[in-house]
Amino acid sequence: MSGNKSNGVRYGMVIDLDKCTGCMACSVACQQENNVSFREDETDKLRSITWLEVFYLDNGKPYPEHRRAYMPRPCLHCDSSHHPYPYPPCTFVCPVNATHRDEETGLVNHIPVRCIGCRYCISACSYHARYFNWWDPKWPEPMEKMLTPDVSTRMRGVVEKCTMCVHRLQLAKERAFMEGRRELHEGEYVPACVEACPARAMTFGNLLDPHSEVATLARGPHAFRLLERLATEPKVYYLSTQKWIRKLADNVM
Amino acid sequence: MDSALIPEGVKRCSFRSFSLWLLVIFGVIGWGVLGGFMVLWKGLNVTGLNDSFGFGLYITADLAVIALGAGAFFTGFLTYVIGKKELKDIINLAVVVGFICYTGAQLVLLLEIGQPIRGWFSFWHPNVHSMLTEVIFCITAYTIVLTIEYLPLILENKQLDKVPELHYFSHNLHEIMVVFAATGTFLSFFHQGSLGGLYGVMFARPFAFREGFFIWPWTFFLFVASAIASGPALTILVCKMVEGVTRKKLVRREAILLLAKVTGYLLAFYMVVKILDTWWWATHTAPIMGASFREFFQAPYGLWLLVAEIGVCGIIPAIILLMPKAREDDVLLIVACVLNCTGIVINRFVFTVQNLALPVLPFEQVQIYVPTWQEWAPTVALLAYGALLLSLSYRYLPMFPRERELNPIE
Repeated sequence: MSGNKSNGVRYGMVIDLDKCTGCMACSVACQQENNVSFREDETDKLRSITWLEVFYLDNGKPYPEHRRAYMPRPCLHCDSSHHPYPYPPCTFVCPVNATHRDEETGLVNHIPVRCIGCRYCISACSYHARYFNWWDPKWPEPMEKMLTPDVSTRMRGVVEKCTMCVHRLQLAKERAFMEGRRELHEGEYVPACVEACPARAMTFGNLLDPHSEVATLARGPHAFRLLERLATEPKVYYLSTQKWIRKLADNVM
Repeated sequence: MDSALIPEGVKRCSFRSFSLWLLVIFGVIGWGVLGGFMVLWKGLNVTGLNDSFGFGLYITADLAVIALGAGAFFTGFLTYVIGKKELKDIINLAVVVGFICYTGAQLVLLLEIGQPIRGWFSFWHPNVHSMLTEVIFCITAYTIVLTIEYLPLILENKQLDKVPELHYFSHNLHEIMVVFAATGTFLSFFHQGSLGGLYGVMFARPFAFREGFFIWPWTFFLFVASAIASGPALTILVCKMVEGVTRKKLVRREAILLLAKVTGYLLAFYMVVKILDTWWWATHTAPIMGASFREFFQAPYGLWLLVAEIGVCGIIPAIILLMPKAREDDVLLIVACVLNCTGIVINRFVFTVQNLALPVLPFEQVQIYVPTWQEWAPTVALLAYGALLLSLSYRYLPMFPRERELNPIE
C-alpha cells in the first residue's frame, strides 16, 4: 500500500446508465473470466460473490411516473486522497498488506493468499464491493476444466473483489513488450465486463489521458460518481440524463 | 483431597462441591468448544455474519471484554505507579480478571478470522497504517505483560513456594512490578485507543467516522476514556461476586470505595467528552458526509440505544459513583457498576453492529444481524473460562492478601 502518486496512468470506467438494459452480461462475463465461485443456491445475496453487482433502482413513484434503471457496480478502485488517510478506505485498514493500490495504474488489488479473512476491508468499504468466501469454492463437473488459467481461484475464509481484470493488463503489457512498445494503445486492455456489454454502456481507459474516450465521457455534464461526499474519489463514473438517478447516487441532507 | 494446595490459614469449600462446580463450568466450556470447532471445521458460514456484517458478536464481545479488562492496567497504574497502597488488596484480582479478558478475547478472535492458520501474518506482513496492526501488536504484548503480572501470584501457591528458586524468582518479580505496571499502562493506552481508531478511521462509513487529532480520530481517545472508566467497575463487581459466593469479606472497604470513587470521576469525564463528541458528530461530521443524525437510528437499532448508553448506563452510574453516600451503599454501588459495564458493552455493540447495519448507499435498506448458537456458545464459554480461572485462582492461590486477616479461623 502506498500513497496517491499519479504517474500518467489511472485506469477508470464510465458506465452509461441510460444505455444499460440490466441484461447482466457484464456480471456473467466477470464471473466466468475471474473464476468467481458460486453455489447451487444463490438466493442469499449477502453471502454470494458478485464482483460486478447490478443494482436495481427505481424512482419510487407510481405509474405513470414510475421509472427504473440498473446500476452495474464493479469495485470503484477509489483514488482517495482523504486527509489524513490518503488511501482507498479499504487498503489502509488491512493489517497484513493484503490489499493495495498500484500507483502505476491506480488499480486496487487484493492478494488472497496473504488475506487472513478479518473482513475489516469489507466493513470499511461503503460500496459493498468486497466479498468474503463463506464456503469452499467448488465447480461442478466439467466446469472446473473451464476455469480461466490466468486467474487463481480463492479459498474459503478470504476476501476477494473486482480487479478490473488486472491479468488482462499483464497480458496486454507482455504483448506490447514483444512488439517493442512500452505504452499500451487505447482499448488494448479492457476488462471482461466492458467487452461483454451488448449495449456498449461501459467504457474503460486511462482517465488521465485527456484524449481518451473514458476521460471525455467522465468530464461530461451528466457524469457523476457514487457517494462523492465521502471523498473516496471512485474511478468509476456513471452517466445519466435522468435527474432522479443522479439524486440517488449520493446522500444529500 | 487437595488441601496440600490450599493456602495456609484460609477456609475453602469441600473438594466434592468444588468438583461439581467445575463440572458445570466444563459443561459450558465444552459447549463453546463445540461451537468454535464447528466454525473452524465448517467455516464462518455457520455464523450469522455476512458481507454486510463483516463484524458481529465475536468482535462486540472481544471489544467489550478488552475494555472491561482495563481494570487490570488501570488498577496496576494506581497501585504501583501512583502509589495507592490500599489497592494492593484488590490488585491480584484485577490482574486475574484482566488476564481472563485478554486471553479469552484472543481465543475468540481466532474464530473470527477466516484463515486462523494465517494469524501470524499480522506480525510477518504488518501494515503500519492499519489500526488493527496496532491492536494486534499491543494486545499480544500486553497479554505477555499480564502473564508476567499473574506469574508471581501463581508461584505463591503453597507447594510452588516451597521451591527456593521459584520463591526468590517470585519475590524479585514483585520488586520490579512497577516496571510491568508502567509498561502495561503504556501498551493498554495504545490498544484501547487503536480499538476506537479502528472505527473512527472508516471515512467511508459516516456512522463510525470521526475527525480527530493528527492521525488519531476522537474515537481513539474516547475508547481509552471509556475503558478506564468501566474496567475498574468490573473489578469491583467481580470482587463483590466472589465475596457473595464465598460469603466472606475479602477486600477492605476503603479499597473498594477508592476504586469506586476513581471510576465515578472517570465515568463523569467520559460522559462529558462522549456527549460533546456526539453533538459534534451529529451537527458537523455527519452532515458534511451527507448523513443525518436521525437516519443513523433506524429500527431495531433505534435512538433507544443512545439513550440507554449515555443516559441510563452513563449519566446515572456516574451520578451514583460521584456521591459518597450513594457509593457507600452496597446495592447502589453494584447497580452503578452493572450499569457502567452495560454501557460499555452497548457502546462497543453500536460501533460494531449498528455501524454496519446502516445503509450507506442511498438506495439500500437497514440490515439486521442475528447471531447463531455457534457465535453465542464461544462467547458464553468465555465467561465460563473466566469463572474457571477465578475459581482455581481463588482456591489455590492467595488472590486476596487480606483474606486471612479479615476472616480469622477460630
